[in-house]
Amino acid sequence: MQPTSVRFDHQARRALADAELQRALSAIRTGWQPARARAAAALPEFDALRDLARDLKDHVLAHLDLYLEAFEAAATAVGARVHWARDAAEAREIVLGLCEAYGARSVTKSKSMVAEEIGLAEALEGRGISRVETDLGEYIIQLAHEPPSHLIGPAVHFTKERIAKLFAEHHGGPELTQAEALVAEARRVLRQKYFEAEVGITGANFLVAETGSVITVTNEGNAELTQGLPRHHIVVTGIEKLVPTMEDAFTFLRILARSATGQEFSAYTTVITGPKRAEDLDGPETLDIVLVDNGRSALHAGRFREILRCIRCGACMNHCPVYLAIGGHAYGWTYVGPMGAVLTPQFVGLEQAWKLPEASTFCGRCEEVCPVRIPLPRLMRFWREEAWRRRLPPAVQRSGLRIWAFLATRPRLYRLAARLGSGILAILSRGRGRLRWLPGASGWTAARDFPAPEGGTFFSRYQRGRR
Amino acid sequence: MSEAARTTILARLAAALGRDPASERRRKEEIAARLAVPTPNLIPARAQVSGEERIELFLRMARAVQTDVERLAHLSDVATATTRFLRFHNLPQRLVAVPDPLLDRAGFDRQPLMRLRRGTANVEDAVGLTIAEAGVAETGTLVLMSSPLRPTLVAFLPETLIVVLPIEDVVGAYEEAWQRIRARGGPSRSVNFITGPSRTGDIGQQITLGAHGPKRLLVLLVERLDRT
Ligand code: SF4
Repeated sequence: MQPTSVRFDHQARRALADAELQRALSAIRTGWQPARARAAAALPEFDALRDLARDLKDHVLAHLDLYLEAFEAAATAVGARVHWARDAAEAREIVLGLCEAYGARSVTKSKSMVAEEIGLAEALEGRGISRVETDLGEYIIQLAHEPPSHLIGPAVHFTKERIAKLFAEHHGGPELTQAEALVAEARRVLRQKYFEAEVGITGANFLVAETGSVITVTNEGNAELTQGLPRHHIVVTGIEKLVPTMEDAFTFLRILARSATGQEFSAYTTVITGPKRAEDLDGPETLDIVLVDNGRSALHAGRFREILRCIRCGACMNHCPVYLAIGGHAYGWTYVGPMGAVLTPQFVGLEQAWKLPEASTFCGRCEEVCPVRIPLPRLMRFWREEAWRRRLPPAVQRSGLRIWAFLATRPRLYRLAARLGSGILAILSRGRGRLRWLPGASGWTAARDFPAPEGGTFFSRYQRGRR
Repeated sequence: MSEAARTTILARLAAALGRDPASERRRKEEIAARLAVPTPNLIPARAQVSGEERIELFLRMARAVQTDVERLAHLSDVATATTRFLRFHNLPQRLVAVPDPLLDRAGFDRQPLMRLRRGTANVEDAVGLTIAEAGVAETGTLVLMSSPLRPTLVAFLPETLIVVLPIEDVVGAYEEAWQRIRARGGPSRSVNFITGPSRTGDIGQQITLGAHGPKRLLVLLVERLDRT
């Protein structure tokens, strides 16, 4: 996928004006957000598990080389083949090479963010291998030729009506109105594809060093059919997915679904250990596991190591005021929301992506809900410092900030300027206490009202309160 | 290519971790020891229940995710319960069952109208019948373990899935189920943790059942296996 992060501001503006997108996004506030809160409240140990999960990931990252070696040895012992890829191009070549060796004309694929990240879909098409996405959300965006807009709901930006129109166009037949009917139709269409494919490609949520196992988590059961029906199974995944043992995996599994969709557990958690065994009646004959670095070792070496704890749950975006206002596509690449703002500059270059870490209100909600407690605002700040150092933001913004810095270091002047500013805002709100339009931030106020200052500056109220 | 990539990636990680050769041996031993003796981390209090309380929890959690559960006194009641369920859902009396000999005593010989095929599932099979290795009360989860006698696709291709779960195999936490799997020599090719029927929220964030896997899931909780 060609990154368009450099046009973030334009894309964000367009998203704010897109009424259908706004309607689709508002469902997250009433769906996943409260669902996570309920699931967290229903498990008294939830926060303790998060602490544990954070510590476990830190432990793995501190010994990642050894855990990778242990995983490779264990996976090989049960008949899987392990491949290593330094970058996206190498990873694509390995997968394409395997597909060719297996005589694949068509592949089925369940959701894999790493496959998105390395541009596997385009690469397969380039070799004339047809590909069908089996995750329903991925299938929808494949039909629409769009990139995913959310980690766990790649088509979350689609309303039901738009899906109905899309299906009618591609499958023929009338426009359906019921979700059940749409799901049944997709089920029927995809069923055939599973049987046609020579190769099934999946991602992995976790890799277990002890047993060489690959864990996938889905709600639809598509990963199981994707790897269970074709003769060959290829796993494409990142080197950071390691956990030492199944006991450790359970700690993560207890917080993953709760953080993502607010479910107690996802419908399907599957542990794959090697290919089909001698007497088995089903399962793939070969299992290849491609371990992808693609910048992860660079993150591991620097001050961004904590982002490698990410388990791709999507909670940070579900609770991000910026994401909820503009959706995923504005971010312009595979990873979106707060975690995307930290990852994208590493993958596509800070020159391309410096605007993403700027797009934060630093409200801290992402860090609050992150199951592995990644300090996302701090990591975004690191990128901002770096962008500033490399003089990436344009002069206007730099001078704007410089004025603020000038004032901020001169308290008297700051207070005067703030008083002037808040006075103007109070007038604009015409006594309603909400601002429908904010000078210089009309993009922001189109999606929400800006609370108007109630009177006086923080300093003046603080002074009053003290007296 | 892959060998060079492997060396580079491992070297990059090792360099970032600033290894000194002196402590290297100890580190390797520590990790090897951790892998050799897998230890459970925090297990929620909810999962630490036993007896009837544990069964109650399993039932409650399973039903909360749209799993139907029926308690049966004997293994030989499985056929009758299956027939009843299929009739209720207006489905033909035809199913594919895993080859496990345990199901020979499920009472199907007394159901002459039932057309039963043993083996793994194919695309025509509308109803599948298999046996769980364990049930986890914590979240009402079934644990299925692939073997020549229990092929995996039976649990995924048919639109209706019926799972026999001996009541003695209901445990509190996932870790206990995995302990049993370890005791049997480790995981087979595919171990499936199944929590309710297949579902998707991809259409307007509305939960819809039966996306790719089964749309209906019935668990037959059997009190006595009457092992001979
Ligand atoms: S950064 Fe945290 S909250 Fe965001 S997707 Fe990753 S694990 Fe989830």
